[in-house]
Amino acid sequence: MNNGLALERPDPVWEADELAVHWPRAAGERRVDSAAETTPLTVLAAVPSAPLLEVRDLVITYENQNTGELTEAVSHVSLNIQAGEFVTIVGLSGCGKSSFLNAVAGLVKPASGTMKVAGKRIDGPGPDRSVVFQKATLLPWRTVMDNIIYGLELRGVPKPIARERAESCIDLVRLRGFEHFHPHALSGGMQQRVNLARALVTEPQLLLLDEPFAALDAITRETMQNELLSIWNVTRKTVLMVTHQIDEAVLLSDRVIVFSDRPARIGTEFKINLPRPRTQEARYSPAFDYLAKEVFGVIHSSASKREEPEYVI
Amino acid sequence: MSSDARRFRARKFRENLFSLGLSGGVFVLLFATWEFVARAHLVDPMFSSSPSQVLLTGWELINNGTLLKHVLASGKVFLTGFGLAVILGIPIGVALGWFKWFNRAFSPLVSAFYTMPRIALMPLFIIWFGLGMGSKVALILLSAIFPLIVNMQVAMQNIDADYKRVGIAYGANQWQLFSTVALPSSIPFLLTGLRLAMGRGLLGVVAAEVFGGAEGLGYMIQYAGATFQIDVVFVGVVVIATIGVIMDRSLAYASRRVDSWKITET
Ligand SMILES: Nc1ncnc2c1ncn2[C@@H]1O[C@H](COP(=O)(O)OP(=O)(O)O)[C@@H](O)[C@H]1O
Ligand SMILES: [Mg+2]
Repeated sequence: MNNGLALERPDPVWEADELAVHWPRAAGERRVDSAAETTPLTVLAAVPSAPLLEVRDLVITYENQNTGELTEAVSHVSLNIQAGEFVTIVGLSGCGKSSFLNAVAGLVKPASGTMKVAGKRIDGPGPDRSVVFQKATLLPWRTVMDNIIYGLELRGVPKPIARERAESCIDLVRLRGFEHFHPHALSGGMQQRVNLARALVTEPQLLLLDEPFAALDAITRETMQNELLSIWNVTRKTVLMVTHQIDEAVLLSDRVIVFSDRPARIGTEFKINLPRPRTQEARYSPAFDYLAKEVFGVIHSSASKREEPEYVI
Repeated sequence: MSSDARRFRARKFRENLFSLGLSGGVFVLLFATWEFVARAHLVDPMFSSSPSQVLLTGWELINNGTLLKHVLASGKVFLTGFGLAVILGIPIGVALGWFKWFNRAFSPLVSAFYTMPRIALMPLFIIWFGLGMGSKVALILLSAIFPLIVNMQVAMQNIDADYKRVGIAYGANQWQLFSTVALPSSIPFLLTGLRLAMGRGLLGVVAAEVFGGAEGLGYMIQYAGATFQIDVVFVGVVVIATIGVIMDRSLAYASRRVDSWKITET
């Protein structure tokens, strides 16, 4: 029963069933998913419930610190994400992706619009959401383990209990043996694993990823994408990711949403129907190529309106 | 251990030994010259004393308890003033750096005090607090507190915004942000502040005791100078310098230990 889900979704590369045994069951997540354990491939269609994330008419404006002038970064964006869905927003850098994600995270106060997670209004950061930033920003005076449990600690979970809960995450992100290292002793990829573990251990209903692998070299990035695929396979987290890497978006997501150039509006939306579980192999399918080209085309047309198109695939 | 590592260690050891010998040699040369010019009467020993005389006098002052008495007296004043500076300076600096409005209200006042030569206030302190502990502690406190205030203020204002954002994203309240982000990241600043404060505090002790009172190393030096006991003056100077160096080195060592999170720890 515990690893039934994983057995139905064998992952040939990353041995997902082994990982599933350690993975604590996230209460809210699993309830929605219960139908999935018998009919895994139709889960998204079979759940008629309200969306996990509901964003209506979101507007984000920034005030210029010198002139007080207001500029719009996100303009009337509406977006729904179903439980268990992996949705990625792509767009030119500076178009307002991070602003949108930070608003969902509760770090940026929107000028207008409503946001709800599981029906609850977003009003600042909350335990139902965790963010993985592009920069790992691990606290340098804390060990890997103490960085991972940081979120739990802030929520008042006693350290020994928090450490115990982190054990399964440490296996999940493959940090076993590094628990007592300090961040500076880790490579960029390892630091990003800690960053990811810190978010996962809090068992958020919605995982927010802001260009999580953008600062890594190409090889490490592919490895981390694999890891994320296998982690997602095991946990079936609802994920909202932001990236400017089209291939990454197509590889990981169920849905790719292209933001228009600043101020961000919802542009085109792509349903990614590549079979799951996915691995890097998916890149070599014609469907992948086709989707990547389509997404690229849409982004490129918004880039060509810029003075200096800075978009590179 | 591999032979490479052994050879490396041996080389490092020789290098350290050599630099130790070099700096020691300079001292020996200095003292030898001093001793020589005093014995050869190239200068009047009455005014210059000599290393051997200073050693002899030092030994005598230790044995008859005079030195200990003055060291204890100075130590008591220093620890009181420095302790108060730490207790008051750190929270004031933290508040100035953490609360924007506190900063706007009090920063100009702090700057005004910071630039004022503290010793100029000593006559006032003597009038207010008397010639005993009070005035001396006041001077040390005023000397030592500002490096602490300013360093803690700078520490709070230099907290990495990304660390703060992580804390906020994971639901930290103001107190948690302070204790899990601000405080740990301010420790290098705190140690710098303590080192500066300690130096200022030591100056303050000597200055206060030279100014007035009847005990302490500063008084001992002042009195010995006035009565042409040059050797006693030198004993006092050496003792103060030694105490200062020891305290400074231990704080420097602590700084390095704290910075160890930047070095591999397994
Ligand atoms: N804190 C801020 N203050 C003012 N302007 C901002 C701030 N954050 C972002 N912006 C502006 O909003 C726009 C969108 O930024 P961002 O959301 O970071 O884009 P992206 O993540 O897509 O690269 C940019 O023009 C950026 O300069
Ligand atoms: Mg961004």
